[in-house]
Amino acid sequence: MADIHTKTRDFINHFFPNVTIQDDQDIFTMGFINSLFAMQLVMFVESEFGITVENEDLDINNFKSINAIASLVERKAGNAA
Amino acid sequence: MHIELTPQQKKAQAMCKEFAQTQVAPSANQYDQEEHMPSAIIQQCKELGYLGALISQRYGGHPLDMITFGLINEEIGRACSSLRSLLTVHSMVSYAIQRWGSQQQKNYYLPRLATGEIIGAFALSEPAVGSDAKSIETSAHSDGDSYILNGQKKWTTFGQIADLFLVFAQTDGRISAFLVERETPSFSITPLTGMLGTRASMIAELHLQDCRIPDKNRIGGIGFGLASIAASALDIGRYSVAWGCVGIAQACLDASLDYTSQRQQFQTYLKDHQLIREMITNMITNIQAARLLCLQAGYSKDIGQPKTVMETWIAKYFASTNATRVALDAVQIHGAHGCHINHPVQRYLRDAKCMEIIEGSTQIQQITISEYGYQTQSY
Repeated sequence: MADIHTKTRDFINHFFPNVTIQDDQDIFTMGFINSLFAMQLVMFVESEFGITVENEDLDINNFKSINAIASLVERKAGNAA
Repeated sequence: MHIELTPQQKKAQAMCKEFAQTQVAPSANQYDQEEHMPSAIIQQCKELGYLGALISQRYGGHPLDMITFGLINEEIGRACSSLRSLLTVHSMVSYAIQRWGSQQQKNYYLPRLATGEIIGAFALSEPAVGSDAKSIETSAHSDGDSYILNGQKKWTTFGQIADLFLVFAQTDGRISAFLVERETPSFSITPLTGMLGTRASMIAELHLQDCRIPDKNRIGGIGFGLASIAASALDIGRYSVAWGCVGIAQACLDASLDYTSQRQQFQTYLKDHQLIREMITNMITNIQAARLLCLQAGYSKDIGQPKTVMETWIAKYFASTNATRVALDAVQIHGAHGCHINHPVQRYLRDAKCMEIIEGSTQIQQITISEYGYQTQSY
């Protein structure tokens, strides 16, 4: 779980190095998310954690924070196991 | 690092080149002048499996890796940008459904898209909205188990003959995507003619007047129309166009090498004039650079790397602006011959300019790429 948090934070900071993000902070309200980044975030989650983001996973609540992304990854990984 | 096409990729490229140069290129000027793509040529693309290039075998597709898909786009684009644009938009719709569609949508549409039984088209642009996609005016209101769509779409490539349209609309201030079938009541199509380039891509305007679209035809979640559906489809479109631009530029170079080897002025071949050599050198160098950027983006796509998104932006930006520069030089080299409607280089120039406008204009790309540079500056 901590690993997911760290890797996700590192990925976001790659694009937004001057932003400090808390695990439970809603990144969609911070004003820097655009469709280009959102697409790359989905690709990152898939390639880094080996899951497939499906149509039904396309819910802002699944991507709005580092905690939300970690929960999605754990849930998907658990379902696949 | 090792940059070399596999034997399978080389074979696929050679097959496509043979088809494009013998079946498409000789008549491409005619298609352009008549502003029409013959169904016989589209049929040949279907038979070669090109319309199922991004569709899984599970759904009857003929899946290609992204490098091979790119090479196909280069070779078709080298012969005829209008036909390449069919691969572009059809693949965008196919990809969106395969990536984000419901199982029911995949089962119903993908097998028919894979064979080309139905043609897909991408409907985002509107009369008043191009680059500013968030501001589209087409609306979708929920009504029981359906949505009621109202609005207009414009510049829809192959809209004149498409059977299935990926339409984007505002749903309570958020953008969603819908699959609209051609025969939907209150949905009408008006052909658009008189375009500068890709004149045979059978562009149309779409009219939706209280079109009732069942909820099962909504693709992706409410409000994810741009962030997932459009963004991923446009990434494929941008990639296809980038390769198509390499094809246009290569066709310009081919024509220029031939012409300068045959044409004499001042008792010497054009190719022996140093100013001509400069233009040829720049063509060769920049075409190779564009191709390498496309290969890089394709490789990252094949291994699922998020960086492919920005690599594709960069490839498309460079390849499209380069295609215009190369085509300008090709026309210059050909002199009056190159300005005549019967010579392909004037078509290459017109087509190249349009590539700087579609799937992200040159200026939008400059904004996006430079913004990325500033964002990642200190990383």
